[in-house]
Amino acid sequence: MTIETPAVLSGWPPPVLDPAGPFAGPVTTVAWVLFVMGAVVLTLVLIALGVALFGPPKWKRRVAGEKLVWIGGLAFPVVVLTGLLIYGLSVTARVADAPRPGEMRVRVTGEMWWWRVAYLDDQGRELVQDANEVHIPAGRPVVLELESADVIHSVWIPRLGGKTDMIPGRRNFMRLQADAPGVYAGQCAEYCGGPHALMGLVVVAHSPADFAAWRLKQAAPAAVSGLPGAAVFTASGCGACHTIRGTEANGLAGPDLTHVGSRQTLGAGILPNNQGTMAGWIADSQGIKPGNRMPSYSVLNGQELRDVAAYLESLK
Amino acid sequence: MLLTTGLCAAVTACTDKANAPRPLAQADAAEGLRLIERHGCAACHAIPGVRWPQGRTGGDLTGVASRPMIAGRLPNQPAVMTALVRDAPALLPGTGMPPMPLTEAEARDVAAYLYTLDDD
Repeated sequence: MTIETPAVLSGWPPPVLDPAGPFAGPVTTVAWVLFVMGAVVLTLVLIALGVALFGPPKWKRRVAGEKLVWIGGLAFPVVVLTGLLIYGLSVTARVADAPRPGEMRVRVTGEMWWWRVAYLDDQGRELVQDANEVHIPAGRPVVLELESADVIHSVWIPRLGGKTDMIPGRRNFMRLQADAPGVYAGQCAEYCGGPHALMGLVVVAHSPADFAAWRLKQAAPAAVSGLPGAAVFTASGCGACHTIRGTEANGLAGPDLTHVGSRQTLGAGILPNNQGTMAGWIADSQGIKPGNRMPSYSVLNGQELRDVAAYLESLK
Repeated sequence: MLLTTGLCAAVTACTDKANAPRPLAQADAAEGLRLIERHGCAACHAIPGVRWPQGRTGGDLTGVASRPMIAGRLPNQPAVMTALVRDAPALLPGTGMPPMPLTEAEARDVAAYLYTLDDD
């Protein structure tokens, strides 16, 4: 028996054509309409081809007529494709509108190869930062403001919406809504170099009460733990790239770790999150996700590695 | 002749003993693999049956069932393995392997899976 590790995420690989919210529904419908129409047109073309090759002479003459070319080759595609274009654009227009007053806003920035997540207020000012996970209240639309820090990425959370590119220098919008609380897997859907395939995203939909509690906890700085790993974290220079709010670690290059212990996954949606995987990631992030921007920390001894993993896991 | 027969018997006996299945009553190796998967043990260990990742921080577990010792320190026995996968630092001070969030029963399942990993 062989199974894949990303199966630790509920719903990984992300199931497609299985919408769990009102913005994924129309996308799924468009997909089915395209499949069915493609199949119908292919069937008609194959029948015409069969007639042209093997049919009785009388039928062959009809297929060879100029009239069929005008109708089947020009009029039919123009009408059908125009209809599909208008239909498809009307669906995406609703999904990709700019945020309206009162809508919850989350900025997600694609970075090679992880996601910087910032929760915004009504004016678009940043309230709190997080990484690789988007928390939303269930049953309510949330606008993702999509940006890129380097190359083109694309957000795809198949059960909650369509794919939307993150383009350097632009801001694209994407609405998400989960009808029920749960964990929804996402994936970068635009090749962005190196470990692109290992750039996963997790959306956690909470009940409204749970979401309010999560938000309060997320806004709070890290609890002072006194664990020995805190000193190892500082001495190893981790704070040059990572922020832990409430401590001197204030680096901006890598994911904010203030509440890293509460995340579903490590390494951007690729590993389950516990002390063991944390230790493995710190010691050999290059072995697990080759090319990512975090060096492997082979300078730590076993005790130090365990201590720093225990410290980070305590940051709930 | 007698000597040869006796030697053969002795060698066979030893071989049999070395290859004796390590009994783990009521442990479920298939469930052990699911737990290994869910807890991401492969972040540090190469484990036959797990395609990705194949971690390099900890020991390669290919053929772990046939090895006489664990980590060059401990006898490779079911009770030791069961305790180790749950709380390695208690048995191996200074190890980089943190305690893993497994119950006793889960640790037995994980050990049962590891004991399916023979060299052959």
